[in-house]
Amino acid sequence: MISFSLWDILRNLLLAGRWTIALSLATFVLGGMLGLLILFIRTSKSRALQNIARVYIEIFQGTPLLMQLFLVFFGVALFGIEVPAWLAAGLTLTLWSASYLAEIWRGCVEAIPRGQWEASSVLAMNYVQQMRYVILPQALRIAIPPTIGFSVQIIKGTAVTSIIGFVELSKAATVITNATFMPFTVYAAAGLFYFMLCWPLSKYSQFLERKYHAAHHH
Amino acid sequence: MPLITIDNVKKSYGANQVLKGIRMDVEPGEVIAIIGKSGSGKSTLLRCINGLESIDEGAISVAGSHLGKTELELRNLRLKVGMIFQQFNLFPHLSVSRNVMISPMIVKGASEVTARALAMKNLARVGLAEKFDSFPDQLSGGQQQRVAIARALSMEPQALLCDEVTSALDPELVNEVLSVVRSLADEGMTLIMVTHEMRFAREVCDRVVFMHQGKVHEIGAPEEIFANPSTPELKQFLGMTTH
Repeated sequence: MISFSLWDILRNLLLAGRWTIALSLATFVLGGMLGLLILFIRTSKSRALQNIARVYIEIFQGTPLLMQLFLVFFGVALFGIEVPAWLAAGLTLTLWSASYLAEIWRGCVEAIPRGQWEASSVLAMNYVQQMRYVILPQALRIAIPPTIGFSVQIIKGTAVTSIIGFVELSKAATVITNATFMPFTVYAAAGLFYFMLCWPLSKYSQFLERKYHAAHHH
Repeated sequence: MPLITIDNVKKSYGANQVLKGIRMDVEPGEVIAIIGKSGSGKSTLLRCINGLESIDEGAISVAGSHLGKTELELRNLRLKVGMIFQQFNLFPHLSVSRNVMISPMIVKGASEVTARALAMKNLARVGLAEKFDSFPDQLSGGQQQRVAIARALSMEPQALLCDEVTSALDPELVNEVLSVVRSLADEGMTLIMVTHEMRFAREVCDRVVFMHQGKVHEIGAPEEIFANPSTPELKQFLGMTTH
């Protein structure tokens, strides 16, 4: 029997951890872009558009991420299209995170006083111009702490993708456990990696929240 | 031909009818004060003129642009009539100059150079050229309101709506804003102002509109309105406010 050193375990977890980071970053960027689009639709003046965005948000917030993942992974395959695990993982996490980011940001947009909408309206700006030049720059300031806070949820959410065979930190931990028969050590190490990724972000988010509450800066 | 036409405008919030058939014509260059108790519909009427509130019945037009429901109609209307608010509503994340420049640039497509020159001219007009690079929160309320006036002027409107523009100001700051409004009136700007400044209304306005329970109750030259109020409601209102 081959014996594994602790370093072997850590090294392999670290290598797989790159995929956790890559998937998290891709999700954050793509989910952010889609979330922004949904935010525009959700806060638009058209009642029909608002409802489309609301249904989207309710579906993705009202079902488990795991089910969404299965539906994307197996559902698309029904149409004869082979979806690689990384694509299903990225796509699902993007759709899922967009629904949360859109709602987080909607709260920030609605925190901007009505007078800002009115002042930009009477200066003949259209909706997109109001958002782009007046509302979002102000909403951004208050959106940063909760957005970074949600990025922690994304990192933890990537663990779910191990179930469809995407080899990130959690999947790697399972594979290594099967080879080493050292589940506690391996999962503890994997947990520590997640903690090292998430904890600084949580702290940073809390720091920003205090900072923005404390003083008004330009 | 009147610049602003308000024809039989009705508006309700739920069961509460706040405007009950308002008719009014405003000639170019006219300065109108709208007075009345709170809840009389005066602010609502003002906000209907540039489409901040929708109307249920009737019609409003400013210089040939009709109040409609589409973005395009609203945009055309708002290019002709500017507005200044009680709470100033400057954009706090932008400098004074950017506050004034932004709309000419993004709405009218003015170049940076043109917009900057226009901003400088209009800030000088309200006596705040030296605050060009300041931020709104570094200014007093009176100064912020003057920036708001400069911002509205930079869209080169044909009329300005003033919604209780001095009501949020400390008493010592009221005059600096009123004197700017007075200078606009002197330069021939068409103004419709909802105001509690009776002395200002008497001195500067061509006509005074007294609104009561969603209707134009009395309308006339300030001398008549203030010296010879013909209805008991106006007498009571003036009695309440002039001493």
